[in-house]
Amino acid sequence: MTTEKKAPVDLSKDVQKDASQLLQKEMIRGNYERLAQAEENHKEKVVYTFVPGNLNELVMCFDVVGNYPEINALQSAMQKKTGAYVMEAERAGQDEDVCTYVKADLGMMRKGNIGPAGKKLADPDLLLLSYTGCFTFMKWFELLRHEYKCDTTMLHVPYQGDGEITQSMRDYVVKQLKEEVIPALERTSGVKFDIDRLREHLRESAKAEDKLVQVLESAKLKPSPIDSYFGGLYYVGPTFSAFRGTPECTAYYDALWDEVNERIQKGQGPVTPEGVMTEEKYRLVVEGPLNYTHMREFWKMFYDEGAVVVASSYTKVGGNYEQGFRHDPDNPLESLADYCLGCYTNLNLPSRTKMLENYLNDYEADGLLINSIKSCNSFSAGQLLMMNEIEKRTGKPAAFVETDLVDPRYFSPSNVKNRLESYFQMVDQKRSAA
Amino acid sequence: MGTQEIIERCEAIHEDLNFTAARDWKAAEPGRHVIGHLPIYVPRELIHAAGMLPLGIYGGGDQMEVIQGDAFYQSYICRIPRSTIELALTGRLDFVEGMLFPSICDVIRNLSGVWKLTQKDTYVRYMDVPQNYDKEIGGRFYIREMQELLEGLEGISGRKVTNEDLLASIKLFNVNRRLINQLYAMRIEQPWNIPVTEVYLLMRAGQVLPVEEHNVMMTDYIAAIGDVERPQKDNTKVVMNGMFCEQPPLNLIRSIELSGCYVVDDDFILVNRWLREDVKEEGDALKNLSDCFIDHSTRTSATYEPSEELKGAQLVEAVRKSGAEGVIFAAPSFCDPALLERPMLQDVLDANNIPNIAFKYAENTGQMQPIREQAGTFADSIKLWS
Ligand code: SF4
Ligand code: SF4
Repeated sequence: MTTEKKAPVDLSKDVQKDASQLLQKEMIRGNYERLAQAEENHKEKVVYTFVPGNLNELVMCFDVVGNYPEINALQSAMQKKTGAYVMEAERAGQDEDVCTYVKADLGMMRKGNIGPAGKKLADPDLLLLSYTGCFTFMKWFELLRHEYKCDTTMLHVPYQGDGEITQSMRDYVVKQLKEEVIPALERTSGVKFDIDRLREHLRESAKAEDKLVQVLESAKLKPSPIDSYFGGLYYVGPTFSAFRGTPECTAYYDALWDEVNERIQKGQGPVTPEGVMTEEKYRLVVEGPLNYTHMREFWKMFYDEGAVVVASSYTKVGGNYEQGFRHDPDNPLESLADYCLGCYTNLNLPSRTKMLENYLNDYEADGLLINSIKSCNSFSAGQLLMMNEIEKRTGKPAAFVETDLVDPRYFSPSNVKNRLESYFQMVDQKRSAA
Repeated sequence: MGTQEIIERCEAIHEDLNFTAARDWKAAEPGRHVIGHLPIYVPRELIHAAGMLPLGIYGGGDQMEVIQGDAFYQSYICRIPRSTIELALTGRLDFVEGMLFPSICDVIRNLSGVWKLTQKDTYVRYMDVPQNYDKEIGGRFYIREMQELLEGLEGISGRKVTNEDLLASIKLFNVNRRLINQLYAMRIEQPWNIPVTEVYLLMRAGQVLPVEEHNVMMTDYIAAIGDVERPQKDNTKVVMNGMFCEQPPLNLIRSIELSGCYVVDDDFILVNRWLREDVKEEGDALKNLSDCFIDHSTRTSATYEPSEELKGAQLVEAVRKSGAEGVIFAAPSFCDPALLERPMLQDVLDANNIPNIAFKYAENTGQMQPIREQAGTFADSIKLWS
């Protein structure tokens, strides 16, 4: 905390967990158990799919179990397993330069596909490739198909090159859903598509999305009751993955909101792994993904300095709800299309820049920090320009750190810490000059 | 005109980072416009039909010092976006009124946004192409994309583009495609007479010159090939793959040949070979372009291959058709598409007993010796074991 500013990094203490976090943990455990059961008794069909632009509500209409490779990669990274996975994939021919998420997944598969819960995950019956906002996804599932030789269906989501969703884009996505994706899911599952079932899930999604936005926007308060980056990762977990559209997901957000609301009433800051933050010294906006291999250490570098992240772009990769989008049961397929088209990395650079600029103003942040991921072109290419633009537009200081999502070789604690410390000094100077 | 004269001209065009040939074309008549595009594929017929010159932009090569561009990109991003923005920031593209950024990868995609933020007077369009190869789905979407591009171009020229204009352009580009295919076929027959560097320079010239002029140049070159007879060597025939975007330096391409390889197929410049068949010359032009795209596109790392059985099939076909004895994978450092694709293609080649090697480069790679040695050893080992 701010009071123990220069304390050495001590990660031995137990992490404090809120009730909502425990709830989420249980949900994730349940899904991994289903995947393990599917492997053992082959009763449920298994669909692998990605987070950004996921069609979870649709997938659930077919009584199949969803597996999200990125979630596996990040969970494995937190368990310090991905270093070995990445190396395994490189030994098998993957280049050192490419996206480490892909390599962590391929490495895990080559080492027996043992999931983060320690049990073997079922092989896919269908690879549902929707590659919103990143071309690497396309190759990722081609690589998986190359190994599993299973059925694959792809949903091509056009990029918002001009910063808008056109009717032509929407029509294209809807047509693919109707004529490619739904038939593939029917084929795999043997279950006929029922649009009313989809509507039900979408109705449930919208409820959770309302609450998620409420939680994220609570960071406008001072002090912010949440951390929108490190904490934000947990907050978006259920809506970004296998749970959006379920009553459990809605219940999670109800519980989460109760906790956040309680902190608001008490005027408290966010909960960190070492308890409630006592003093909010810096309010930051963060662009870019997280580092999972050293997440706790990374987070500690923030909360030890009293820095809280009030808004982040990473919590918009699996859905951009703050700008008003909600899944809509009255326009089921169209709203799935708009969801996919609207995810953060599917926005063009000017839209991304504007969004961050708005965050700095709306959340009264002190500055912008970019966590640039070495192996993620989708996020990283163009970030330096975004940083300069935002500095110019807002007059607030911006800084840059470089890490990786799941490759521990690219997390240098001393470099990151030095950068952060000089950044906080920059913010201080700016303040005293003002 | 002899081949040497033609190639000298091409070399001058290749080295000219001010794009004088395109500038001259524009200055020759009032109301002319130049539209730049990044690599892989754009329907250049549309630009031509709008009375404009499509200008292929392939980074700054090894002759340009990148200074400002480095402030835009982290060290772990390939080089082409930084040298391309350098071209703009140093005024070398000040005569270009529009820029198209094809759907190839996240870097080029995001470069379209860099352009929007920094080059505010330029018409900027991200050119999406369908990854869905059903005419009623992807085809329709693509037609709409092309219509939007036409609207953008009409906004620059103030003139409507008719179906006839488009069909006339299609005819010219069909001729261009045929000439290029003819040259590639001839190289397979007599690679010693048609060095890879010459083919490459001809391709690059076609990115700067108007198609009418390039057609004449190609015709002249093909006609003049018979006039020279160069010594035939016992080189190993190879296909090169992975260089479709950031280009290797000319010296690197030369080194491959000097190391004892005849390059009999490659993917250096794909825009003019992307459609593997002629586009229909009558009827609805946009539909014809779309149909041809759907049915006869080149498969590269930037495209999704819907069928596992067909993965790598075009590469194997290129090897078989050209009589190549091996494949050299060369990819730009940090190029996700090419590098992620490579292991899958290598598996397919291995399954077909086609020897292959791989290395990485950057557009400003200066050290040729290691690459030459690697390619030389590869060529020797093929000769030894075949
Ligand atoms: S490149 Fe980035 S966005 Fe794409 S799959 Fe990798 S980590 Fe995800
Ligand atoms: S070299 Fe590769 S990664 Fe770089 S812009 Fe081209 S296709 Fe994209």
